[in-house]
Amino acid sequence: MELSDPNALAVRTESVCRHYRMGEASVRAVDGISIDIRAGEFVALLGASGSGKSSLLNLVAGLDRPTSGAVTVHGNNLATLSREQLAKYRLHTVGMVFQSFNLIPSMSLLENVELPLRFAEVDRRERSALAGTALERVGLSARLAHRPMELSGGEQQRASLARALINRPKLLLADEPTGNLDSRTGTEIMELIRSFNQSMGMTVLMVTHEQSLAEKYAGRMLHLADGRLVDDVANDNARKRSSAPDSQGEPQ
Amino acid sequence: MKLYDIADLAVRNLRESIFRNSLTTIGISVGVASLVAMLSLGIGLQQLASRRLQKSGLFDTVVASSRRDLRNFRETREEGPAPAESPALDEAARKKIEELPGVVEAYPDIRFATDLRFEDKPHLTMVAGVPFSAKSNNDAFDGMQGSFFSSEAAAEVILQKSFAEELLGIKPKAGSDDTNIAELAKPLLGKELVMRYAERSAPPAAPSEAGSGELANGAAYSVVSRQQALKIVGVTDLDPDSMRGTARARVFLPLKLAQDLHVMQSGLRDTAPSDQPTYASLSVRVGNPNQVPAVEDAIKKMGFSAFSLVDATRSMRQFFAVLDGFLAIFGSLALAVASIGIVNTLVMAILERRREIGIMKALGASDADVRGLFFAEAGAMGLVGGAVGVSLGWAIGRLINFGTNIYLERQHFPPAQIWSVPLWLVLGAIAFSMVVSLLSGLYPAARAARLDPVQALRYE
Ligand SMILES: Nc1ncnc2c1ncn2[C@@H]1O[C@H](COP(=O)(O)OP(=O)(O)OP(=O)(O)O)[C@@H](O)[C@H]1O
Ligand SMILES: [Mg+2]
Repeated sequence: MELSDPNALAVRTESVCRHYRMGEASVRAVDGISIDIRAGEFVALLGASGSGKSSLLNLVAGLDRPTSGAVTVHGNNLATLSREQLAKYRLHTVGMVFQSFNLIPSMSLLENVELPLRFAEVDRRERSALAGTALERVGLSARLAHRPMELSGGEQQRASLARALINRPKLLLADEPTGNLDSRTGTEIMELIRSFNQSMGMTVLMVTHEQSLAEKYAGRMLHLADGRLVDDVANDNARKRSSAPDSQGEPQ
Repeated sequence: MKLYDIADLAVRNLRESIFRNSLTTIGISVGVASLVAMLSLGIGLQQLASRRLQKSGLFDTVVASSRRDLRNFRETREEGPAPAESPALDEAARKKIEELPGVVEAYPDIRFATDLRFEDKPHLTMVAGVPFSAKSNNDAFDGMQGSFFSSEAAAEVILQKSFAEELLGIKPKAGSDDTNIAELAKPLLGKELVMRYAERSAPPAAPSEAGSGELANGAAYSVVSRQQALKIVGVTDLDPDSMRGTARARVFLPLKLAQDLHVMQSGLRDTAPSDQPTYASLSVRVGNPNQVPAVEDAIKKMGFSAFSLVDATRSMRQFFAVLDGFLAIFGSLALAVASIGIVNTLVMAILERRREIGIMKALGASDADVRGLFFAEAGAMGLVGGAVGVSLGWAIGRLINFGTNIYLERQHFPPAQIWSVPLWLVLGAIAFSMVVSLLSGLYPAARAARLDPVQALRYE
């Protein structure tokens, strides 16, 4: 299986640029970034505010198209995909988690987690079973019928993680998933992400401000500044831990 | 997304902002209601008119006449045998015509100008025989004062309103035509008229009881002056004889009586006198107006002239098509306004749910999914609005009908159904409401689908 092949390329960006026109001037949010990420890697994207982390993440997610350069995910050049195909790509290949959780407030947790399955046209009964299991995995089986507003931030982020993973994506993209959480809850979320990274062989690309979190969990750290890649360091410390048998007491 | 899921999510979304969406839906309902009310009135009036026309005998009657009488004053251009060979329009011919498919009855047309004395004052007018069957199938006798002839050959008359006015010496005031028919009838009903008429009798002239025998100028029959007392039993407001134009009668007596009296009719010249009466013309009543052309043809084939007014229904239909068109346009105006409400509501919803749309797209919703969702919301509002609107329009129509009938009753008119909501109007209005709503949803749905998820998600 290609996911378990450590040398398979998950994401490749080739001098990818994303420029925003602001009247006369143009903002170079992403300015010629080339990176290769192998399947199963846990990569942290670091940089100051405005350095282009979210912009790069959105390009990889297929939510945005680059001004120039190419983004290839598992052999698919995103530039060649139609809008329709990009939607399918986001649905099946990518899972996304955001700083502000982005659960839909009018829906219960179960319905939120079910939502990607609706887009995937999964049968109704199968759908709620799958969503139920997913919420159980993140420890929320008692809160299925609750609305997001009735939950703590950590619980919301766990639900959002369950939603991101419901379609078993190859690639998890997280934009400051712990940014709105206290450090203890943040750690909880990070542990969950790592467990999925390890148990499912899922590639993780995570934006974060916190050097310490990156050092603890990411096997590789990419530093951005002004839209450019300025540093690409392997973090053997975290890699060793992630390949070691479970010693951290992860949930299930 | 599956259709069920789209519908499900659309209903959830509509329920989320129930107040605003209800207002929009009410707007649609009012639009549909006005459309339905307008059209149901148009259709009702049309049905009323065609019922009236059918009962008036204008459109289910063919007038058959012998060509012999026509040859003197008309260029013979009609097909069929030449006038000279045209058979006589006698009792045998009448029976034959009555046996034609679709024909209900064929009766001789008897009308003559004569002198009627009322309280010793003579009044000259046109008198016509009316078949006994007119009691039930001629609308003009429906709403009259008094009653219809008591029997087939009763010595009774029914007066048209204008003649009643003449008898009483009332001049209709210019501008107002609502002389109360009940007031008119009161002093007349039960009173007696004396009709003076010329009886045509075959030679040798029988001595008459009442007047002196008088030979007509060399013809093979004699004309005797007679009189007949007639009781006034009814006064009608409407004109039962409207088909006849200038020759229309204002006094009606039972056809059988008119036949029995052997009144000398003007314009009728018998070339072959015999005991068999021949008729100037026959009124042929057809069961269904659609059969009129066929009956007309059949009568022509028998060698008689035939004419009908069936073409006039066509112009009536045309009139109502135009009327319905106008009513539909006015009714649709409210719906057009309502459709702007839909656009507004959905555009508002897009602004409000901007983030939600972004999230759905990030999770893998396609443009079609998002478009479908907004489309379904528009359609659902259209469906509910259409259903509520039809009920509302139905109620408004009923109300107008009710009000009109109260008015009609005050004016001593029979009640009438001026309002009708056929099934096609119900279904059509709901479908139309949905089409209008979906069209209104077109722009918002496209806009929602085009929404840039990155921008949408940047909003906090
Ligand atoms: N739609 C836009 N129009 C114009 N400029 C934009 C737009 N989106 C992003 N930018 C600019 O691009 C640059 C990179 O933005 P981006 O959101 O990627 O930064 P970031 O690294 O994620 O920052 P943060 O850590 O604060 O989230 C910023 O200077 C931002 O102002
Ligand atoms: Mg960012």
